[in-house]
Amino acid sequence: MLNLSNVETYYGQIQALKGINLEVQEGKIITLLGANGAGKSTTMKTIAGLLKPKNGSVEFLGENVTGLRPDQLLRKGIALVPEGRAILSSMTVLENLEMGAYHRKDHAVKADIENVMQRFPILHERQTQMAGTLSGGQQQMLAIARALLSKPKLLLLDEPSMGLAPLIVAEIFKIIKEIKDAGTTVLLVEQNAKQALKIADYGYVMETGNIIIDGKASDLIVDPRIVEAYLGRKSTSEQALVK
Amino acid sequence: MLLEQLINGITLGSIYAIVALGFTLVFGVLGIINMAHGEIFMVGAFVGVMTTGVLGWPLWLAFAASIVVTSILGYLLERMTLRPLRGKKGVSHLAPLISTIGVSILLENLSHHIFGAGNKPFRTEFAEISIEIGQVTVYIVQIVIFAISIILMIGLSIWLSKTKAGKALRATAENLETASILGVDTKKIITLTVIIASAMGGIAGILVGMAFNSVSPQMGLAIGLKGLAIIILGGMGNVKGAMVGGLLLGLSETFLVAYGDSGYRDAIAFIMIILILLLRPQGIFGSKMAEGR
Repeated sequence: MLNLSNVETYYGQIQALKGINLEVQEGKIITLLGANGAGKSTTMKTIAGLLKPKNGSVEFLGENVTGLRPDQLLRKGIALVPEGRAILSSMTVLENLEMGAYHRKDHAVKADIENVMQRFPILHERQTQMAGTLSGGQQQMLAIARALLSKPKLLLLDEPSMGLAPLIVAEIFKIIKEIKDAGTTVLLVEQNAKQALKIADYGYVMETGNIIIDGKASDLIVDPRIVEAYLGRKSTSEQALVK
Repeated sequence: MLLEQLINGITLGSIYAIVALGFTLVFGVLGIINMAHGEIFMVGAFVGVMTTGVLGWPLWLAFAASIVVTSILGYLLERMTLRPLRGKKGVSHLAPLISTIGVSILLENLSHHIFGAGNKPFRTEFAEISIEIGQVTVYIVQIVIFAISIILMIGLSIWLSKTKAGKALRATAENLETASILGVDTKKIITLTVIIASAMGGIAGILVGMAFNSVSPQMGLAIGLKGLAIIILGGMGNVKGAMVGGLLLGLSETFLVAYGDSGYRDAIAFIMIILILLLRPQGIFGSKMAEGR
């Protein structure tokens, strides 16, 4: 459903993406791995329209959407949960959720907000509270819930587990799986490569603005290059033990 | 006597509050002080003088004309002087500020050229009508000013907290990027904000004309500086702060004139700035986090 071909994005003079080719298939979880500064977030921002590529094209559902604004892309069905969550901290939890459904004109918004709050009871409990007073994990839930309220076809999640306690991280990955099972395609950027590959269908690995490896998640998780660079040696021995 | 001064102070204060609201809305969304706001306010006042005095229109029509003219000015300000500078590489973040100073000079001199340098009287049919409640004399004009101010402030508060566009404005003010990924057309919201702020300036212009019965091309600068003082006092970009700060300044100016030395009237605003910057630099309602721009 999403196709990036030869995408090059610059920050001023500095080239952050050096010709990215990437494909996201409908109904799957695709993960984008790589070290800090590899260009993962830049790729996400380019897809969401926050950055405009200098060369190359972005195609979504067979339509060329290169260079559209974020609000236009959201209307086409691409929602981004950015790194650092980007909660509207001076607005209440409920207002944040309402903003998620900002572009929708149907009458199901209220019911959808109710549903989301049922899925995340903490948001229901804190709905009148300023979003800035939530804990990190709660803010991440709010950011994901908010993005879901826009009814996206493709959800871009940029490091949703960053800075969260292990228990919450597990919860977040569970939620991501649920989102996919509910029919929304997910493109996931993660530092936590192992967890990401466990739930993903396909993976790409980036290094300094290029995609260096791609393949089925089940292959990548045992690929020695990835195990060494991103999963740590410990997991190599684990894998050996399992075998 | 005390009650009369209180009424005078609240009247003046509510006008100040409306001027400051215009500043604070634009600051909230764009992060700059709109130095042309005072001059747009002045143009609004002149539209009032011209339509009521020269054309003999009724007051409500004068308000409508002033709102239309200042809204158009606001739109042009955004389209011609602010938007071309936004998001361009190599443009200093101070550039839009300088740009608004340019607009303020242009507008002041333009009205100087058209209307002349002197004060113009602002005549309304009920300027001299007053009612006595016990010992207290209240002018109808004061009641009108107060009522319009309160309606505007309540209206704006409700609009910001309850409507979709109002929420989008607040989201844009908090974080442009976040608002845009939530589907807000931030360009549209910014334009809307500058237009609303300018229209409020226009309304305040007529109100000041009515309150002081005089309008001049230089009035924009003085009120602009006071508006600036108020939003520093109340907290930059904070709507509640603008309202409370405006009332506070209006009351303290009035009481100083009544019971102290009227020569220091215009100094009050600046004494307040010094004190607030020493004691609570983020302003009365400001939060420390807001400085992260």
